[in-house]
Amino acid sequence: MTLLAVEDLGITAGGSPLVEDVSFAIEPGERVGLIGASGSGKSLTASAVMGLLPEGLTAYGSVRFGDRELLGAGERELSRLRGKDITMVFQEPMTALNPSMRVGKQVAEAMLLHRTRDRRAASKDAVELLERVRLPEPERLARAYPHQLSGGQRQRVVLAIALANDPALLICDEPTTALDVTVQARILDVLADGVRERESALLFITHDLAVVATVCERVLVMNEGRIVESGPTRRVLSAPEHEYTARLLEASS
Amino acid sequence: MRRNVSLWAGIVLVGLVVGVALVSFAWTPHDPLLVDASVRLLGPGGEYVFGTDKLGRDLASQLMVGARTTLYVGVVAVGIAALIGTPLGVLAGMGANWLGELIMRTSDLVLAFPALLLAIMLGAVYGASTLTAMIAIGIATVPSFARIARAGTLQVVSTEYVLAARAGGRSRWWIAVRHVLPNISGIVVVQSSVSFAIAVLAEAALSFLGFGTAPPTPSWGRMLQESQELLAVEPRLALIPGAAIAIAVLGFNLLGDGLRDRFDPRLEVRR
Amino acid sequence: MALALGRKVLVLVASVFVASLVVFAFLAVLPGDPAQVALGLNATPELLARTRAEFGLDRPLVTQYLDWMGGVLTGDFGTSYVTREAIGPQLLDRLGVTLWLVGAGMLVALLIAMPLGTIAAVRHRKPSGAAVSALSQLGVAVPAFLAGIILVQIFAVRLGWLPSGGWTPPVRDPVEWLRGLILPALSLGLVQGAVLTRYVRTAVLDVQSEDYIRTARSKGLRPYPALVRHGLRNAAVPVLTVLGLQLATLLVGAVVIERVFVLPGLGSMLLDAVAARDLLTVQGIVLVLVVAVLIVNFVVDALYTVLDPRLRRS
Repeated sequence: MTLLAVEDLGITAGGSPLVEDVSFAIEPGERVGLIGASGSGKSLTASAVMGLLPEGLTAYGSVRFGDRELLGAGERELSRLRGKDITMVFQEPMTALNPSMRVGKQVAEAMLLHRTRDRRAASKDAVELLERVRLPEPERLARAYPHQLSGGQRQRVVLAIALANDPALLICDEPTTALDVTVQARILDVLADGVRERESALLFITHDLAVVATVCERVLVMNEGRIVESGPTRRVLSAPEHEYTARLLEASS
Repeated sequence: MRRNVSLWAGIVLVGLVVGVALVSFAWTPHDPLLVDASVRLLGPGGEYVFGTDKLGRDLASQLMVGARTTLYVGVVAVGIAALIGTPLGVLAGMGANWLGELIMRTSDLVLAFPALLLAIMLGAVYGASTLTAMIAIGIATVPSFARIARAGTLQVVSTEYVLAARAGGRSRWWIAVRHVLPNISGIVVVQSSVSFAIAVLAEAALSFLGFGTAPPTPSWGRMLQESQELLAVEPRLALIPGAAIAIAVLGFNLLGDGLRDRFDPRLEVRR
Repeated sequence: MALALGRKVLVLVASVFVASLVVFAFLAVLPGDPAQVALGLNATPELLARTRAEFGLDRPLVTQYLDWMGGVLTGDFGTSYVTREAIGPQLLDRLGVTLWLVGAGMLVALLIAMPLGTIAAVRHRKPSGAAVSALSQLGVAVPAFLAGIILVQIFAVRLGWLPSGGWTPPVRDPVEWLRGLILPALSLGLVQGAVLTRYVRTAVLDVQSEDYIRTARSKGLRPYPALVRHGLRNAAVPVLTVLGLQLATLLVGAVVIERVFVLPGLGSMLLDAVAARDLLTVQGIVLVLVVAVLIVNFVVDALYTVLDPRLRRS
C-alpha cells in the first residue's frame, strides 16, 4: 500500500496561488528527492504534508497517509502522527532547538509524548540515539544546552529527535544547506543510515543535485509551484526531459 | 492595517487634548476660577455642560484649562528627558567603553528614583509646585531616552555606511551629527510619545497627592482629589477628569504605537 | 557563574552606597539647615542652635553621613526632629504594610497578564485577541488611584461588600486583613496588569514564531502545549525585565493607593513626614524605597541567568 499519496495539492495565500496541481506518491521505505530553486514551493509542500503551514496559508486537494486523509484532519489526529509516524528535520539547526532545555530532554520528549518509552527508557534511549547519530560523548552532550553545541551537532540532535520513534516517513527540508561542506557529507551519511536501518521512507528537499544523487532513488522537480518532471534519479539527472531540469543541471555543474 | 488605526486614533485623541488646550487660551464657557456658591454642584447640561463643583466652578472650563497644565508639564518633562537623555545615549554608544559604562550605570541608578519619589523629595525640600513636578518627571525619564538612544546608536555605528565614513577619516562627531542623530530620531519621537503618556499619569498622581500644580490653577489630578469627599453623591466630579486623563494617556500611547510601526516596518510583519 | 553573581553583588553594594550619598546630599545638604526646615522660619536662634546640637547637625557633613549610615546598617534610622521618636521601628512596621500591598498587587497583575497576554498573542489574528489588546490599551490609560476611587464606589459604598479603607494586621484578624487588602491590591494590580499584558503579548508573539516551537509542533505537541512547554520559559526573560521595572513602579505607586485607602504604609508615612517637614524621616523612607528598588533589580538580574542557560558562562 502506498505510504503517502499527494493529489492535486494546492496552497494559497489569501487567493494568490503558491503551489498548484502537485501530485506524487511515496512507497514505504522509498527515498524521494524534491528539488527546485528557492521559492519554487518545495518547503511549503512539505509543511502542508506535516499540517504545519504558516498562518494565513491554506491547502486544498488531498494528502493521504496510509488510509488517512491529512488535509482538514483535526489538530488532535495530526499531532498523534507528527513526531511518531511522520517526522521532520528543518533547514536551520541553530534555532531549531529550545535554548533553555537540555538536549537529552528534548530528544526524550519525542518518545514520552507518544508513549513509545517510559520515562527511564526514554532518557536512556535519548543518549543511545545521540550516539547513533555519531555525536561524541553522548552522555555529556545529553546534559548540555543547545548553545554549547556546534551547528552540525545540533542538526544531529534534531535528526535524533526525528528518528526517535522509528517514523514511517521522514521529511528533510534542506537539512544540510546551513552547514559546512565537510559537515554536510557526514550528516548525510548518518541520515541515510538512520533511514535505512528503520526502513523509513524519506522525502528529501534540496536544491543541491549532488546530494539528491547520493541519497535518493527517485526525484521530483518543482518549479514555480508545480511539479515539472519526475522519475528515477539517475534518469532525470542524466537525461532531463523538461527544459527547467536541464537548466538546474546546468547551473549546478 | 490595524496599526494605521492606532496612529490615526492617537492623532485624533492627542489633537482633541491639544485643541481644547489651545481654545482655552481664547475662550472658556465660564471663568474656570470663579467661585459662585449660588451654583454649587449643579448637574450636567444647560449652561454648565459638565455641571459645577463644590465651589460652584464650571467643570468644563476647569477641564479645558487643566488640559493646558497637563500638556505644559508633559512638554517640559519630556523635553528635559529627551534633551539630556538622547545625547547621553549617543555618547554612551559612540564614546569610549568606560564612558558608556559610566553613563549606563548612572542611568540605572536614576531608575531607582521613580518620578513620584523624586517629586516628593523635591517637594520636601523646595515646596511642591508645577516646576518641581516637571523637573522630577523629566529627570526620572532621562534613562528611558539614554537607553533607546544608546541601542539605536550601537545599531547605526555598526552599519556599513558608518564604517565607510570612518574609513574615510570622518570624525566621530561628524558621524554622530550626520548619521546617528537622523537615524535615531524616529525612535526618539516614539519614546517621546510613550513618555508623554507616562508623564501625564505622573502629573495626575502628583497633583492628586498635592505635590503637583498648586491651587487655584486647574489640574486634572487635583480635580480628582477634590472630588473624593463628594464621590458618593457626585461621582461625575471624579469620572469626568478621570476620563480626560485616560483620553490623553490613551492618545499618546496609541500615537507612540502607530509611529513605532511607521518607523520600524520590521515589526509590522509579525503583527 | 559564582563569579558573575559576585560581580552583581558588588554592583548592588556600590549602587546602594551611591544611592545613599544621593539621598543624604539631597535631603541633608541641599536644604541648608534641616533644623530650620523642621522648626520653621519663626524659630529663635537659641532654639535652632539647641536643636542642631541635639541632633548633631552642627557636626561636619562627613561625620553626619557616616553616623547616619552606620545607624541605618544596624536598623537605627535616627530620631525624628519633629516627633522625637525613633524612626526605625515605625519604618519597619510601615514597610510591612507596603510590601503586602505591593505583593498582592503584583499577584493580581500577573494573574491578569499571563493568561490574557498569551491569549492576545495566540489569537492575534482573531477578534478575541484584538479585543484583549484594545482592553489592555484602555487599562493602561487609567490612573491607579482613579481605579481605586471607582472600586471603592462600587464595592464599598454601593454594594458594601468590602471595607473602603483601613488596615487590620494579619495576626489580629486574617479575614478582615484579606478583605481590606482586596480593593487596594486590585487598584494597584489592574492597571499594572494591563501594562504587563502588552509585554506578555509581545514576548509570546516573538517566541511563537521561533523555529524551536515549530520543532516542538513537529514532535507532536499541540499549539498550546508547545507554547507552554517550550515557549514560556523563553518568553519569561523579556517579561522579567518589565516585571522588575514594574515592581519599582508599584513600590512607589503604593504611595498613592495608600492615600486613597488610608493604609498605614511607607507611602503615607512619607507624605506625613513631608507635611511635617521631618526631613530625617523622609531621608530614611526614601533610602528604604530606593534600596528596595535596587534589590528588585538585582534579583531580576540574577534570575536571568537561571532562566537563560546561554547567560551562564561567566
